[in-house]
Amino acid sequence: MTLPLLAVQVVDEARAAGPGPAVRLAWLAIALPLLGFIVNGWLAMVRPRARVLVSLIGPGVLLAAFVVAVAIFLELRASPPEAPFIVSLWPWIHVGELRIDLALQIDQLAAVMLLVVTGVGSLIHLYSVGYMGEDPGYARYFAYLNLFIVFMLVLVLGSSFPVLFIGWEGVGLCSYLLIGFWFNDKANADAGKKAFLANRVGDFGFLIAMFLLWQTVGSLDFVTVFSRAPGALTTGAATWITLFLLLGCTGKSAQIPLYVWLPDAMAGPTPVSALIHAATMVTAGVYLVARTSLLFAMAPLSGEVTAGIGALTALFAATIGLRQYDIKRVLAYSTISQLGYMFLGVGVGAYSAGLFHLVTHAFFKALLFLGSGSVIQAMHHAYHATHSQEDAQDMRNMGGLKRWLPVTCGLMWIATLAIAGVPPFAGFFSKDEILAAAFARGAEQPVYYLFYGLGLVAAFVTAVYMGRLMAMTFHGESRVGEAERPHLRDAPAIMTGPLLVLGLLTIVGGAINLPEFAGGHEALEHWLEPVTRAATSLHPIVRLAGTTEKGLIGAAVAIGVLGLWVGFRAALGRPILPAREAPPDTGLARLVYRKYYVDEIYGALIVRPLVWLSEKVLWRAVDQALVDGVLVNGGVVGSRWLGRLGSRLQSGQLGLYVLLFLVGAIWVLHTILR
Amino acid sequence: MLLGPALGLSAILFTIGVAGVLLRRNAIVLFMCVELMLNAVNLAFVALAQVYGVGAYLIAFFVMTVAAAEAAVGLAIILAVFRHNQSIDLQNINLLHG
Amino acid sequence: MTEVVFYIFGGIAVLSAAMCVLQRTAVGALIWLVQVMLSLGVVFVTLQGQFIGLIQILVYAGAIMVLFLFIIMLLNLGRVGTDIRGPAGVAAMLVLAGLIAAELGGLMAYSPARIGREVRASAGVVEAGAAFAGGRAAQEATAARGVVGGVAPPLFDTYLVPFEITSLLLLAAIVGTVVLAKRKV
Repeated sequence: MTLPLLAVQVVDEARAAGPGPAVRLAWLAIALPLLGFIVNGWLAMVRPRARVLVSLIGPGVLLAAFVVAVAIFLELRASPPEAPFIVSLWPWIHVGELRIDLALQIDQLAAVMLLVVTGVGSLIHLYSVGYMGEDPGYARYFAYLNLFIVFMLVLVLGSSFPVLFIGWEGVGLCSYLLIGFWFNDKANADAGKKAFLANRVGDFGFLIAMFLLWQTVGSLDFVTVFSRAPGALTTGAATWITLFLLLGCTGKSAQIPLYVWLPDAMAGPTPVSALIHAATMVTAGVYLVARTSLLFAMAPLSGEVTAGIGALTALFAATIGLRQYDIKRVLAYSTISQLGYMFLGVGVGAYSAGLFHLVTHAFFKALLFLGSGSVIQAMHHAYHATHSQEDAQDMRNMGGLKRWLPVTCGLMWIATLAIAGVPPFAGFFSKDEILAAAFARGAEQPVYYLFYGLGLVAAFVTAVYMGRLMAMTFHGESRVGEAERPHLRDAPAIMTGPLLVLGLLTIVGGAINLPEFAGGHEALEHWLEPVTRAATSLHPIVRLAGTTEKGLIGAAVAIGVLGLWVGFRAALGRPILPAREAPPDTGLARLVYRKYYVDEIYGALIVRPLVWLSEKVLWRAVDQALVDGVLVNGGVVGSRWLGRLGSRLQSGQLGLYVLLFLVGAIWVLHTILR
Repeated sequence: MLLGPALGLSAILFTIGVAGVLLRRNAIVLFMCVELMLNAVNLAFVALAQVYGVGAYLIAFFVMTVAAAEAAVGLAIILAVFRHNQSIDLQNINLLHG
Repeated sequence: MTEVVFYIFGGIAVLSAAMCVLQRTAVGALIWLVQVMLSLGVVFVTLQGQFIGLIQILVYAGAIMVLFLFIIMLLNLGRVGTDIRGPAGVAAMLVLAGLIAAELGGLMAYSPARIGREVRASAGVVEAGAAFAGGRAAQEATAARGVVGGVAPPLFDTYLVPFEITSLLLLAAIVGTVVLAKRKV
């Protein structure tokens, strides 16, 4: 396939330097994983047992894409552009005034996302070689994983809403494929379906927003939209557009009300959970808000709604995590909660803060998930060896694993400290910046104080459930059976290696955006300034006084440490019974464990009426009775009746024939004599 | 001269012939009514000879000849049908029924 | 005089035709039909078609009707019930016969003057009485050569081909009749 229009258009003529070679080759970052998908897919169909080849190609293309990402980053750093580079690959839709090309937009924001996706992605690919090594669907797994990277990169690099939407839908598809990877178990397939359907509701919002944009602004590619928006959009129109975009974000990024698919998505392999449902796909919503920051800045109400949903989700999900026993479920709700923080950040207008948290969260959440993967794998091996049917993911069956999995334990503690907001780990800086921004906005709009409060409480709860998780898994009395203990061992190097890298990143990640008082230069914020400038000019970020900020930081750290201690102590304070012996929860505990019955409510209010409508009305009445009965069969009956009527003309009665003959003759006579 | 009344007579005879064709069930009588119609037409031709000359007489002549041939063949057919059906009632001759 | 004869025998023809159609038996119908033929022969003569009139009596009444009689007797139907159709048939007959009568009634309007007018209009002939030139020519021919001599020249001259073809037709009819009516032995 040739790329005839590999044209790079420089949008800002005032800029002296054009795009460098790395930017021009940005399409490679997408093409390489696509190649990986094709090869792995072909291998999956032809030779599913080809392990070595897949192990080389799967992670290999990702590492190559990461190299491209680094090259682009270095080039952009050498001469930071004021306006984005557009790499146009193919003219796609040219209808009337609508011109959408398959094009990539390379700017500072895209570069950040590119690094995160390819970097963390490569690490997870390497980890998967060890984790999924014995799975019969090995090649298919890497094919899907590569395909996911393709779509995710299309999403973050797309230069227009439709191209972004291609990636948006594509990652939804890959999420479905990977959640239901072990599809022979119906529950896994159902979880995949649930994820896809919940995302579809969000996609509907995205589409409506696109239609509104086209109607008001008359264009759909980012550069044109953002240059025309201040003139073409009223506040009302901007509010509607951004609210519909937000609906899409709540679906993709698992916020209230469409978060329900994420906990079920844990049915997929753990590396999938790490990559898609922690580091990349779920952050697409945050990216979208950051990308359309100008529109959100034009609609203050949407900003409030975004921040509100974020804060509320952060607290809501954190509380549910308090009472879950499946280790992956806890982390799933933790992800939902942390995504809430990111939305709080971008909703307030602190776009760089939200993105900062996106990056650091990618590090420590991936680390947490992959670490839990090591734990689960160890438990699986043990149960497999003793032919036990216990649940390898239930924390009530674990305990004291520090003895057998020391490296994993240490690394996961690093991540726990980060997520709890303990300095100097990465999570501290990012979470603190978001809370500070919320507090600062509260001065002009008091509702933001409420959001700050919710965020602070959520920080406490976060620390509590993480402390609980670590305590139940690694510390205290081991509830692992005597027979299984000899089979427990730590993860192999191929899996621990990426964990180490992630641990390192978690430790030093804060340096990306170190605030001034800590001696840093706020590098990320300055890096992203050309992108966020349009939005922040409409709504400048309020700076807190130095003392206020220090006070807030102190409060946050204190709460974090306190929460960890509370969770840890509470978990170890009472003896825990293994899963099969544990009594069911009662009262408030059960309410929380059952996720406040949200799924059941959705089922009764939405799902069942829809199924009823579908079955009783649309199927029975419309399809069977109307279409089949009246139209199709009716046509048959009608034509048969007509036919029978016609066949009475051929009675064989000569008298009848003579009669008809004479009728015709009379008619001819009449015509002639007229 | 007699052109008008002759054509009128022809019309009346033709109509009576049509009525007979529609009214009778016997194949031979039906045929006879057809001959009646032919005669009516012959009369019309002869009447028009006053306008068109001798040619009209000759057309009538030919019609008569063909009618004779047709009568012979038609009656042979009726004979054959009778041998098959033992009846020449038109209602019983319906092998063309479809 | 000629007209009186025409009307008398015309009336006889009509009455005979009606009787023919309404007869219950085949033979009865046949007899009345013969009467129609004979009357029509006379009518032909009154219309100056003497040759045709005699041929009508010789061929039609004398040969064809006799043939019909032969066949009726050969079939030997015996006394069967009426073979006139029931009420439905009568109704259909009335309707259609009425329609035909209405159509053909229009022909009655063709008086000679009208025909003359139309012939003149179509042929572009201007002088009056030119419409009936053909008829006058026929009468002159008859006066010159006699009844048969009047029609003979065109028959073997202008209409030679139809004449020959008609003879072939008669041959085919003979063969067909023999084949159809033969007993399969």
